[in-house]
Amino acid sequence: MLRSVKKGLLARKIGMTQVFSEDGQAMAVTVLEAGPCVVTKKRTPENDGYNGIQVGFSGVKDKKLNRPDRGQFTKADVKPLRWLREFRVEDAEQYEIGQEISAGLFQEGDLVDVTGISKGKGFAGGIKRHNFHRGPMKHGSKYHRRSGSLGAKGPARVFKGRKMPGRLGGKKVTVQKLTVFKVYPEKNILLVTGAVPGPRNGLLSIKNSVKA
Amino acid sequence: MQDIINLIEEEQIKKDIPDFRPGDTVNVHVKVVEGARERIQIFAGTVLRRRGGGLGETFTVRRISQGIGVERTFPVHSPRIDKIELVRRGKVRRARLNYMRDRFGKKAKIKEKRETR
Repeated sequence: MLRSVKKGLLARKIGMTQVFSEDGQAMAVTVLEAGPCVVTKKRTPENDGYNGIQVGFSGVKDKKLNRPDRGQFTKADVKPLRWLREFRVEDAEQYEIGQEISAGLFQEGDLVDVTGISKGKGFAGGIKRHNFHRGPMKHGSKYHRRSGSLGAKGPARVFKGRKMPGRLGGKKVTVQKLTVFKVYPEKNILLVTGAVPGPRNGLLSIKNSVKA
Repeated sequence: MQDIINLIEEEQIKKDIPDFRPGDTVNVHVKVVEGARERIQIFAGTVLRRRGGGLGETFTVRRISQGIGVERTFPVHSPRIDKIELVRRGKVRRARLNYMRDRFGKKAKIKEKRETR
């Protein structure tokens, strides 16, 4: 079963910077534009077999949407939004359609998990993709950045799951247990320590950490 | 997007930093925590370089301590720095004074810059 979240919010990555903590330590932080998210739909056990809310984030022009999407917003009677995502919650009845959830949901010091789509790196070799070691670049060596042995000779085949070059990035990645460094509730800005997946302007979902 | 980051950095940027450059002699008043007590220590020397911008800007100060060259790099806007005192302006022609590391004695002297007009 999917775990339900206590707090969930959609956000946009703005970028990284460095700020000083109270004890004078320089901290690397990611700036997120978190919310306001609007509840657009409720999932109830009677109707859908589970508890959840659908939330939307970031306003968009009406004409940018296709007709099925537009219908969603007309039905919920909210302004059109760019992204719609679902969060599993304990009880969907606590929420109301049209309700706004903002960055004030989180407090300083909270631990959060941030999920996003990592930057696509294309077809990458073993060194970049799996942290393989490089061979010598000089002294007559012809073994530079290739992957080495693929395994023992005996089985006469390559075992499944062998780490090889291939597509890297562009996948859903979750970074767990990041600390909320600062919250600006009126601007819907969140500062989170460390890095989060994806490019600037990319969509992220923030949840309370499962490890907290 | 950059505006928002600037806005966040703005909060911690110190506005009372003197305009000091490489070659200048400065006294850096550093807050040192010893157990529960906090006191201020002065690190005096010549500025070798300033790098970066915004909140992340740093500068390196070199001094000769008991015959040994010591360099420390501080973030300009660090809350651990109480204040930066500009003692003397230096006349230099470079932004990075790395050549100072190879010099000692009389050669390691930087001429004072006379204010023109």
